[in-house]
Amino acid sequence: MNAAPNDDIILEARNLTKEFKGFVAVKEVNLQVRRGTIHALIGPNGAGKSTVFNLLTKFLTPTRGQILYKGRDITRTKPADIALMGLVRSFQISAVFPHLSVLENVRVALQRPLGTSFHFWKSESSLYDLHHRALELIEAVNLSPWANHLAAELPYGRKRALEIATTLALDPEVMLLDEPLAGMGHEDIEGTADLIKRVAADRTVLMVEHNLSVVAHLSDTITVLRRGEILAEGPYEVVSKNPQVMEAYMGTGHA
Amino acid sequence: MSVASNSTHVALRGPARGTGTAMIAAALLLVAVAAPFVLYPVFLMKVLCFALFACAFNLLIGFAGLLSFGHAAFFGSAAYIAAHTVKVWNWAPEFGLIAATAVAGLMGLVFGLIAIRRQGIYFAMITLALSQMVFFLALQLPFTHGEDGIQGVPRGTLFGLFDLNQPLTMYYAVLAIFVGGFALIWRTVHSPFGQVLKAIRENEPRAVSLGYRTDRYKLVAFVLSASLAGLAGGTKALVFQLASLTDVTWQMSGEVVLMTLLGGMGTLFGPVVGAGLVVTLESYLASTSLPVPVVIGCIFVVCVLVFRRGIVGELLARLPKRGR
Repeated sequence: MNAAPNDDIILEARNLTKEFKGFVAVKEVNLQVRRGTIHALIGPNGAGKSTVFNLLTKFLTPTRGQILYKGRDITRTKPADIALMGLVRSFQISAVFPHLSVLENVRVALQRPLGTSFHFWKSESSLYDLHHRALELIEAVNLSPWANHLAAELPYGRKRALEIATTLALDPEVMLLDEPLAGMGHEDIEGTADLIKRVAADRTVLMVEHNLSVVAHLSDTITVLRRGEILAEGPYEVVSKNPQVMEAYMGTGHA
Repeated sequence: MSVASNSTHVALRGPARGTGTAMIAAALLLVAVAAPFVLYPVFLMKVLCFALFACAFNLLIGFAGLLSFGHAAFFGSAAYIAAHTVKVWNWAPEFGLIAATAVAGLMGLVFGLIAIRRQGIYFAMITLALSQMVFFLALQLPFTHGEDGIQGVPRGTLFGLFDLNQPLTMYYAVLAIFVGGFALIWRTVHSPFGQVLKAIRENEPRAVSLGYRTDRYKLVAFVLSASLAGLAGGTKALVFQLASLTDVTWQMSGEVVLMTLLGGMGTLFGPVVGAGLVVTLESYLASTSLPVPVVIGCIFVVCVLVFRRGIVGELLARLPKRGR
């Protein structure tokens, strides 16, 4: 961590603190996400993972501290604007647009660069040129047979896949995934983990997960949070042998 | 490229849906053209004005997910503007209507800027509070003539060509205004903007995370909706040659909610059906001894209990599955 040169760090949190009416949910968290890696943020319930995640994606405003993206201070940037800078998040509860078709879900993410998103007088057919790219993305997450179905009709695991396709449509430099594997069956976990690995080939991924074992083979770096503070950080081999981490997970049987 | 993607589109969706809607619309238009020979034109014009009002309201709640409880402010104020410009300033009816629509749009901009950052019930309450302020202004300002309203508004001659004092001419003018407004709403719903709006309705945080500044989209939708509500209100003032306090009351805001829910929120034809139903009931029950609000209230309760999607929404849901 100390050896990493500064331009290697794509996303950084400095002394990040969030208090809710006196309760300190996140305390002095320093986090550095290296470009091109898969970084996992894990911890037991109430460890502050989701709060850190919401702070980094600007859905919450930090009480103290700084967030830097590619060296630029984004602590006060609006959430919609960081998406345009290449920092795109997903959501814990699957974030699809349920009453739009799978194709429309992806197309909504693709249409912004056209610059016609305020054009209420234009026909929807002006968006058809995007179908080709949308179908490619849908194909990439193996949803082609469902392209024309409403997102609401998809089973849970496939909704997560659709969410990833939608996120990929923006071609983000950094993908922030909030518990992408939560609530999935075993078959789905493997497929989705593979998918994350595939899409991470040419970008950076920061994911929040509940379980250490799930992210073991997926992540390059693991940060373990407990009670709003960083407990340990490093590759799985190091983190999993840390006595404090083992203690934090004792009884849950995940480590 | 465009040829390829067009064929992709046909393969994906099939042309059936668009053609079906167009055929229904054409059939309805034929009925509307023939209707004044069977039914009383003033009644039909009232239906059309309220239908446009409800469609404008539905654009907001059905496609942007925003419940405004102050739409009467736009409807009623526009009626005053149309009545005043035409009667006192002797403007031609088309300019009166343009002024009415523009003022309603501006009011929508102000309402929207204040309310749009709030969600759900707070949004509804802010719009209600603002519309009550408008009601108070309408009661106090000299040009609205308080309880009397602006009476005896001349219908005038549209574009200097069509004498609106002829009931049939007036009817077709109102029909044209309605069709124009409806077409604009239809286009908006099926536009790139409409897609973003639906995404915001479905899942606003996700739309934000995809880089959309959702407040701006909601504001544009609000202004559009307010303008069209204003067009409906201005037209109603010309039809009845009257602008009165009734059209700015909160009850009027409630009535448009009722029409939209009865007909089917988020469907294009639902508000038209809802408006038709409510106006018809009000007209026919008025000549009986039944208490009108009680009857309409009962119908509303039954509708909400039996078919929650509204009349048109329920019909669409029972059709063979084709998305929406």
